[in-house]
Amino acid sequence: MESNRSRATLVAVSLLILVWTVFPVLWIVMLSFKQPGEVGNSQSFLPEHWTWDNYRTVFKTDLFTSALINSIGISLIATLIGVVFATLVAYAIARLEFPGKKIILSFALAIAMFPVVSLVGPLFNLWRDIGLYDTWPGLIIPYISFALPLAIWTLSAFFREIPWEMEQAAQVDGATPWQAFRRVIVPLAAPGVFTAAILTFFFCWNDFVFGISLTSTDSARPVPAALAFFTGASQFQQPTTAISAAAVVVTVPVIVIVLLFQRRIVAGLTSGAVKG
Amino acid sequence: MTAVESAPAARAKGRPEISDRGRSERRLGLLLSAPAVVVMLLVTAYPLVNAVYLSLFSYRLTAPDDKRFVGLGNYATALTDPLFWQDVLTTFAVTLVTVAIELVIGFGFALVMHKVVFGKRTVRTAILLPYGIVTVISAFAWRFAFDLDSGFVNHWFGLGDYAWFSGRWSSLTVIILSEIWKTTPFVSLLLLAGLAQVPGELSEAATVDGATAWQRLRRVTIPNMKAAIMVAVLFRTLDAWRIFDNVFVMTKGQQNTETLSFLTYRQTITRTAIGLGDAVGVLLFLSVVLIAAVFIKGFRVDLSQVRGDR
Repeated sequence: MESNRSRATLVAVSLLILVWTVFPVLWIVMLSFKQPGEVGNSQSFLPEHWTWDNYRTVFKTDLFTSALINSIGISLIATLIGVVFATLVAYAIARLEFPGKKIILSFALAIAMFPVVSLVGPLFNLWRDIGLYDTWPGLIIPYISFALPLAIWTLSAFFREIPWEMEQAAQVDGATPWQAFRRVIVPLAAPGVFTAAILTFFFCWNDFVFGISLTSTDSARPVPAALAFFTGASQFQQPTTAISAAAVVVTVPVIVIVLLFQRRIVAGLTSGAVKG
Repeated sequence: MTAVESAPAARAKGRPEISDRGRSERRLGLLLSAPAVVVMLLVTAYPLVNAVYLSLFSYRLTAPDDKRFVGLGNYATALTDPLFWQDVLTTFAVTLVTVAIELVIGFGFALVMHKVVFGKRTVRTAILLPYGIVTVISAFAWRFAFDLDSGFVNHWFGLGDYAWFSGRWSSLTVIILSEIWKTTPFVSLLLLAGLAQVPGELSEAATVDGATAWQRLRRVTIPNMKAAIMVAVLFRTLDAWRIFDNVFVMTKGQQNTETLSFLTYRQTITRTAIGLGDAVGVLLFLSVVLIAAVFIKGFRVDLSQVRGDR
């Protein structure tokens, strides 16, 4: 069907896209392998002398290691709670008749459009009054609430496609309600829940505004915020290469998730509209 | 679809306790929704009301005893300050350019993802990559690339020692580039969903009738995915309007590159001028409401699809 010429164009454009999306990532990887002294002296893309020094530096820097632990811990906990909450709502919206369905969905939409910075000042004060300032829960709570809209839409779109009557069918065939739920519904719902978890995790991992506003020490400061304030191992050294190494470290999990689950993410963000 | 319709139907056929059942179903529905709604309310409703209230006071954290009621004074201060309007202009320019370019590139990405057969996995993975990358890291990557000390851009393009970050519009160019790189995948996925809903027969019929590829795109494809395009534009417009991370990392608002979000942050957190900062924050909030209203009422963007209604 497709002519050779248009197929060639498609391949060429695909390659162009590949270069455009991968290039900045590749650049930060290259920077992370440069010697700190190369910055300012050489303007090449590739390192002149490859070195692991920057990685050693960042893993020896408490500021970074504690930020990494904070980021992982806070993002995972927020994802777990957020996905549980979103699953409950999405189940209710997909399966139950109750007033306020539309209101909940519109409210979630409003939250997704909310300018986060407007809330930072009041939250800063409130958190300090009730002792949540500079703590893990102080970040987990806002992360959950702002990640919820996307998780709720994704999950309700997935749940609407589930053939729920199979649950009854299994019970007619002699399964207990619990068995029917575990063997029939859970496997059908799991992919959607998993996709929502990935999207929620990306959201938390990416946050910067809350990270810099609601923390002050390394007891809760996540990586993006720590990076912005990182001034280098010593004040005489440019922090460029060390920041790059830290950036690569927090990018690796993202790349792994994208590589393994690209289909799920696409399905999630297109609300299951695109198959295959 | 049939599953969704048959479930309530089966329930409706039920026995006399229908109202009891309905009542318990209502209760369960509200109960299941409660945790999520409560968290969302906690983090947004109270702080917003609090911000509106405090915006009526002259109040700095460093001088809490001087707190006094000034009515709309803070709003007057903000709205008559040229800096505020300069920040509005910066935010507007960034939003307009970013969304326009992203729409074009994102549509290209979506077409490629839609059509490509060979190497589909690779293309999708590549397009998704920026979506997962932390915005701050994208900002650093682009900043270091254009930076005089570390960057290769000037070297590659023979720009000598052109200092990108010493001028307003050149700084904004790099900020916009990073923003576009990071968020185009999101646009392209929304558009891909729209493309998938364009009936294939229409395009084929147009081909049979002798339409060129460009004509098919303009007359068949785009009109049929208008809903998806509008949703993408709305979401990205509001997102770009709140731009913060890139500005913070690249210029910290220097060279007149401050945006509305950054102004709010600087007033409330850095200067701890709570009253004035909250006034700017409330204005930012109102501007977002206004943009959303214009899109939803004015352009009749159908959000039921996004929102997950049937």
